[in-house]
Amino acid sequence: MLHSTLLCFILLYAVGILDVDLCGPSIPRMLRVGKPEVHQCDAGWVPVYADPQQQLAIMSIGFLLEDSDEAVIWRGPKKTALIGQFVSDVAWGELDVLLVDTPPGTSDEHLAVLENLRKHRVDGAVLVTTPQAVSTGDVRREITFCKKTAVKILGIVENMSGFVCPHCSECSNIFSKGGGEELAKLTGSVFLGSVPLDPLLAASLEEGQDFLQAFPDSSTYTAISQIANTLLSSLDA
Amino acid sequence: MADVPSDAPEHCPGTSSDQAGKSSACQGCPNQNICASGAAKAPDPAIEEIRQKLTTVKHKILVLSGKGGVGKSTFSAHLSHALASDDSKEVALLDVDICGPSIPKIMGLEGEQVHQSGSGWSPVYVEDNLAVMSIGFLLSSPDDAVIWRGPKKNGMIKQFLRDVDWGEVDYLIVDTPPGTSDEHLSIVQYLSGAGIDGAVIITTPQVLGSPLLLHFAATITHEKKSSSQQKQFWEVSLQDVRKEIRFCKKVKIPIIGVIENMSGFVCPKCKNTSQIFPPTTGGAQRMCEELNLPLLGSVPLDPRIGRSCDEGKSFLTEVPDSPAAVAYQNIVQKIRDYCSSHTTSDNPV
Repeated sequence: MLHSTLLCFILLYAVGILDVDLCGPSIPRMLRVGKPEVHQCDAGWVPVYADPQQQLAIMSIGFLLEDSDEAVIWRGPKKTALIGQFVSDVAWGELDVLLVDTPPGTSDEHLAVLENLRKHRVDGAVLVTTPQAVSTGDVRREITFCKKTAVKILGIVENMSGFVCPHCSECSNIFSKGGGEELAKLTGSVFLGSVPLDPLLAASLEEGQDFLQAFPDSSTYTAISQIANTLLSSLDA
Repeated sequence: MADVPSDAPEHCPGTSSDQAGKSSACQGCPNQNICASGAAKAPDPAIEEIRQKLTTVKHKILVLSGKGGVGKSTFSAHLSHALASDDSKEVALLDVDICGPSIPKIMGLEGEQVHQSGSGWSPVYVEDNLAVMSIGFLLSSPDDAVIWRGPKKNGMIKQFLRDVDWGEVDYLIVDTPPGTSDEHLSIVQYLSGAGIDGAVIITTPQVLGSPLLLHFAATITHEKKSSSQQKQFWEVSLQDVRKEIRFCKKVKIPIIGVIENMSGFVCPKCKNTSQIFPPTTGGAQRMCEELNLPLLGSVPLDPRIGRSCDEGKSFLTEVPDSPAAVAYQNIVQKIRDYCSSHTTSDNPV
């Protein structure tokens, strides 16, 4: 969920998003692509495009479910098999970046993605945490996973980093403070940045404002753009 | 036979899988013929062993969520604390989030180890009447990652149910990872003899961060949807909890109710309430009405909750007058009432 929110801001590139959270596929509805059918072409499954210019290609089990409330109650081997197909049988075309959104944990989905992507080179992983110790505690295990599977850690992002009250501007650290940066220091990883909880968008919704105007001023947008730019520079280097 | 025999190859699908003996990973495995013939799919004897072991456990409650980060482990921990505040009750908390065991930290038990005795593994006691078991207690370092595929996780869950010496317990709370996969199927399977009273499903009013994504998507697609189309879209934000509900119905677990967490934030300075995750179409309440399920309660965000969890303390005792603590206590009472009026024999799985 945290990952999904943060992965989608690379506007100038041809980007693919592979959603391997088979039990909780959020990407289709988050990107408002609804429930289009997935078609086959000679080269494989055609991904669903979020935009008319086909800059943002998506594949998710969400597109394959007849009923979007249907639960995917699968054990590991079946999940592994579908993820293999998502990597090998989707006609992604020419992409600058393929983002893989994963569920929490270090299990079948994560191993399946790596096994199938190995031959294509994996640039690295971005790890998302909230400031809380309970969250960073989990991400320490993700770091170990990356080390054990020889996946480079591109950096750590701290999400839900502070909430500025729209009424009085007091900043509250709802999910504690500073955990992401501390984790980066502790583990020798790059700290990519913090993303705040932005009240502006929620407020603009409630008040029926034109969110397309409020959007570029959003502190969340600014933070995510900076993180995206830092990531892209490290990939280009 | 064990779900993953010790001599099985790395990608063993598990002896109870449809692919047992037939998958490519089975080639060369000494058990292949047994699996392919279906002999390994006889009911796991562990189910009966667990049924017998858990005859001393009165009520068993699963805590589920569709997505991570909604506050499930926080709820499981505090449900356990609240139930154990009655000294006459024995409470046990079982953490089956094998890859992401948060319960030791939230319960202030980091660094504790599990001991073995003649009668099995001893759980770790937070209070005299509150016992906890988690794979976290079997790891030697906070950096240790459990990088296990499904069958191995299933084996661990079986051990937790069969080999832990729980003793006489009034409430066994099972904290699960998010989703509907191996851990959930295994818990249901292994408790199919012993029975489950019901499941509690945790959600937030809305998928975190999605307002931002929606606006971003609109920017790319240059579309302005009508407000009714937007509202329809908002409704699907509770999709993940609907999936959990479907899971429960499919495996025939009664649903005790839904809890809406992170429902509003009261600014500590000006006391105004903000909706960080706006439930634009009535959130969990509307969904519960639609699906005829009890909404056990809505819990507001309180920064002190996160702090208590990080410190391993119960915020119910740290800040008992917080609106969140009050909401929790009301929810816990409803769960107590449910358990009093149901016995497991009413709900054979």
